[in-house]
Order: sequence, then structure tokens, then C-alpha cells
Amino acid sequence: MEAIKVRELRKSFGDFEAVKGVSFEVGTGEVFGFLGPNGAGKTTTINMLCTLTKPTSGHAEVAGFDIVTARDDVRRHIGLVFQDQTLDGYLSAEQNLRLHAELYGVESKVVKPRMEQVLRMVGLWERREAQVMTFSGGMRRRLEIARGLMHSPRVLFLDEPTIGLDPQTRASIWSYIRQLQEQEEITIFMTTHYMDEAEFCGRIAIMDGGEIVALESPERLKEAVGADRIRIETADDERAIAELGERFDLEATVSEGAVSFAVADGEEFVPRLFAELEVPIKAVNLSRPTLDDVFMSHTGSTIRDAEESSAKNRNRAVMKAMGGRR
Amino acid sequence: MSTDAFVAPPTVEVRVPPRSWRSEVRAVKIVWRRELIRFQKDRMRIVTSLVQPLLFLFVLGSGLQQLSAASTDGVDLKTFIYPGVLCISVMFTGMFSAASIVWDREFGFLREMMVAPVRRSSIVVGKVFGGATVASLQGLILLALAWAVDVPYSLGLVLGVFALQLLLAFSITAFGVMIAARITQIQSFMGVMQMIVTPMFFISGALFPSGDLPGWLAVLNRLDPITYAVTPMRTLVFANLDLSAEASQTLNPPITWFGWEVPIALQVFMIFALGMAMLGIAIAEFNAGD
Repeated sequence: MEAIKVRELRKSFGDFEAVKGVSFEVGTGEVFGFLGPNGAGKTTTINMLCTLTKPTSGHAEVAGFDIVTARDDVRRHIGLVFQDQTLDGYLSAEQNLRLHAELYGVESKVVKPRMEQVLRMVGLWERREAQVMTFSGGMRRRLEIARGLMHSPRVLFLDEPTIGLDPQTRASIWSYIRQLQEQEEITIFMTTHYMDEAEFCGRIAIMDGGEIVALESPERLKEAVGADRIRIETADDERAIAELGERFDLEATVSEGAVSFAVADGEEFVPRLFAELEVPIKAVNLSRPTLDDVFMSHTGSTIRDAEESSAKNRNRAVMKAMGGRR
Repeated sequence: MSTDAFVAPPTVEVRVPPRSWRSEVRAVKIVWRRELIRFQKDRMRIVTSLVQPLLFLFVLGSGLQQLSAASTDGVDLKTFIYPGVLCISVMFTGMFSAASIVWDREFGFLREMMVAPVRRSSIVVGKVFGGATVASLQGLILLALAWAVDVPYSLGLVLGVFALQLLLAFSITAFGVMIAARITQIQSFMGVMQMIVTPMFFISGALFPSGDLPGWLAVLNRLDPITYAVTPMRTLVFANLDLSAEASQTLNPPITWFGWEVPIALQVFMIFALGMAMLGIAIAEFNAGD
């Protein structure tokens, strides 16, 4: 059975179409990743699937229940870990979990063992009686994951679960997710904009501008890009791009301060590049395809550039809203 | 990592209990309990919310005593103000309890409650009951001060005062939660509450007898819901005192509407009905929200 089925799901906020009709399916037990820059529509999609936002049109089922007509049933079968923390700092870790268990109607006799199980998993069992306000950001996020699992959900939604955390905590959160996938009958749906994390997912949907532009396993996505990628830093990027086009018939773009382009066999090409390019080259970097390249091949920019330009657009929109001065 | 690689044996069974009215009761109970736990942990709040009633009772009461000794028929002004102060302490604590819903929203915890698979009404009811309980517990501390203002204890007094405080606290908290559904910023919320609750408190006659008031004030006094909480409270406390008929008439005149004496029972019922109405509006408002 499919854990999540989505058909032509759309969401508009006024004139702005945040999600432009996405369709996909997620199998039971899968770890499914949504990858894309901020503002791509990932959070809006996840909010619709979690029944927090009503879709403008389209249809979706989570754990076999319709997200619009069976809202409470969906909620009972899903766990949520939000981007912003939603713990009660005045309560202890244990009290936060107990409150959750009561709200979700967990059977009383299951509450204690389940609490111990999830708290041990995230390494907070020893701190269970401490007030949450004394916890670090990483500990809070781990506690939220434990809480999201308290009621044994069928689908766990993680919205940017590792954002703002140090690498060590990020690694441990990933190890819980893998452990979960082995031990429980659970489907994990997550959003991220870290390329390296997306690699852990079974399948990835790349989202850009409210649409899914690619949906495959990370390996297949990388294979599809095929070519090696070369990045060069030059004294004059524009001339370099022009020359690359004339001499080698290559299409190059500037991203993150370097000229980048794809060639079939990078190792053979680099010596030719040095011999024939007239623009002085300061540095050269040859790499096998990464998810970043996948993202780039589908959207035409790196994820960081996409974020910067969407931030710029937002700023521009804010300026406009404030009266269009300057 | 491929998705079909996990055929690992100890798969934990998914347990989703069926839904029933019991889950709603559990939700109300846990939201209510959370208010109590938080109150218990917040000693500072217990102390600070006592300051205002104590100022009214001992500073204003003792200070004005010199002016009013002649007109209170021998009753100490502190004793006279005491029932009003029992009301004010509950009002302000109830207001703070309602404010916690605004805090919860600001710190994200409201979201955790709102996405739970229970009715929003259960959350709102738990919150209002919790706030009312906390406020009347606070009121109990003031009840302990009765000896200091020459009010003798009796079982009737303690139970009666507690019940009235619970009722008033419920209505005020319901009012606050109703406002909190609309006003999402803590500063504005406290501002609006102060702006509404403080005049209601002053006009209610908590600090003066509502007998021979100038016309405009008498009208406002009769319109003010708090009047109908203060009068029963005062009647209850005075019933425990040995007062002359004149003193009782001057200090605790019955509330009249165009000459008709409003029965105490009706006054108490009005507070209850108002509280229920506001609770209903609060639930409707939270249900309408996304």
C-alpha cells in the first residue's frame, strides 16, 4: 500500500501560486526527500499533507485517509516535527511526551514503555526529568523527534529536521532515522535543502518554483546527469564563457563565483583546456556528478544561487510593498 | 540505501486506538493539568500577582480608614474592601492565565495542541478550566488572610468564597481566551485586557458601596458584569459578620434595576451564563482558525 498518494495538489495564496499541481506517491517504509531552495513550496506541500493548510485544489491521501475529508484520522497516523520548535520549555522532557501521548490518545499502559524507548533512542533518557528550557537546540530537536514518534505514527513528517544544527547532531539525527526505518513500520517524509543529506533518502523529489522538476533515487538522478563537471576560476569569466563556446562548443554558466560546465570525460579535457584557453585560469576543479549538479541540470542554478535570488525577490517584494521608494 | 532492504524482523506494531469521547476527556484533562504544573513551577507569578490585591487591601484600606471612619458605621474599611479584593485577585490571575494562550502561540506550543487529533473545543475548555483553577487557588491564599481583616472563618464562608471565585475566574478566563483568539501579540493582548478589566473592576463597586452613586456611575455600575460578582461575594462575607441593619444597608445595598431588587441567585447565574457564552465564542473562534 502507498503511504502517501498525491494528485495534482495545488495551493495559492492570493495571486501567488506556491504549489503548482504536484503529483507523486510514496511507498510504505520509504524514506522520501523533498529537496529544493527556500521558497520552492516544500513547506506548503508538507503543511497540506499534514492537514495544517487546506489545498486550493487537488487530492491527497496519507496513510489511506483523505487529507481534507478525514483530517483527524490523518493526524492520528502521522508524526510531525516542525521547523520551529513547539515544546513547552517549562515542562520536563517526560511531561512534554506524556502530554503528547494524552492528546493523541495513546493507551495508558503503552505510554511508559514507549516513552522509554523513544527517549533512549534519541539519547535523552537520562535527562527526562530536566526542564526543556535547559536543553540545547540539538537536544530539543531530538526531543521533538522522540515526541513525534510517541504515538507510533505510520508516517513521520520532518520539515528541515537538521536545520541550524551542528554536524555531529545532524549525523546522530540521521542515525535515528535509519534506525527507525529498520525497526518500525514507518514511512519518513522529509524536506531538506542540504544536498548531502538528500543522499540518505531512498527517493528524492526536486522542487523548484512550486513544481516537482525531478523524482528519482539519488543514484539514478546522478546517473542521468552523466557528465563530469568542471569549475574554473578565471581572470575574466565572461571572456572565458565566450571562448568556451567558440572553441569547444560548450555551454558554461557562472555560479558561486566560478565558471562551470559539463563535459563527457573530464580527465582528458582538462589538459586541452589549459593549452587552448587564452583567458588565464586561476584554479580548476573537476568533479563527478553530485546532487548539486542534478539540481543545477534541472533548474539551471545551484541551490545556493536559487536561494539568494529568491531572497532578493522577496526583498524586492517587501520594498515594493513598503511604497516602492528608491 | 535502498528502500526494499529492510525486512528486519522486530518491526514495532503500529497502535492507533479508536477514537471516542474518552480521548476528548483525556485531552481536556491533560491541558488542564499542564496549567497546574506550570503554575506550580512558576513561584514568581504566585508572589507577583499577590502584590496588587495586598496593596488595595492594606495600603488603600488602612490609608482611607482615617477619612471614612465616620461613615462606615464602625466597620473597618479593610473589612469592607475585602470581598472586592477577593474578586480582583481572581480577575487579574484569570487574565494572566488567558494570556498564556498568547504565549503558547508565540513559543509555538499552541501548534502542538492545535494539530492534535482532538476537537479544538477540548483544548479551549481545558485551557479555560485550567486558568480558572489556577486563579481560584490563588484566591485561596487571600482567603487565608480573612483573620487579618476581622472576618471570622466558617465552613460556609470558605466553600462559598471558593465557589464564587471559581465561577468568576472561569468567566474572566473565558473572556481572556476569547480575546486571545483574535489578538496574537502579547503586548497588545495585555494592553487590551488592562483597558477592559481595570475599568470594569473600578466601576463594579469592589471599592465602594453601590447605593447612592451619581446617575452616570449608577448606570455604568449596573451594566458592569463584575458588579454581579462583587455583590454576592460581599453579601456572603457580610453574612459572617455581626453587622447592624444600618451598616449592612449602607455598605452592601442590594442591586436594583429600576427599583427592582436583583436576587443574588440571578446575579450569580448571570456571571455563569456570561462565562458560558464567552467560552462558546472562544471555541467558535478557534475552530474557525486554520
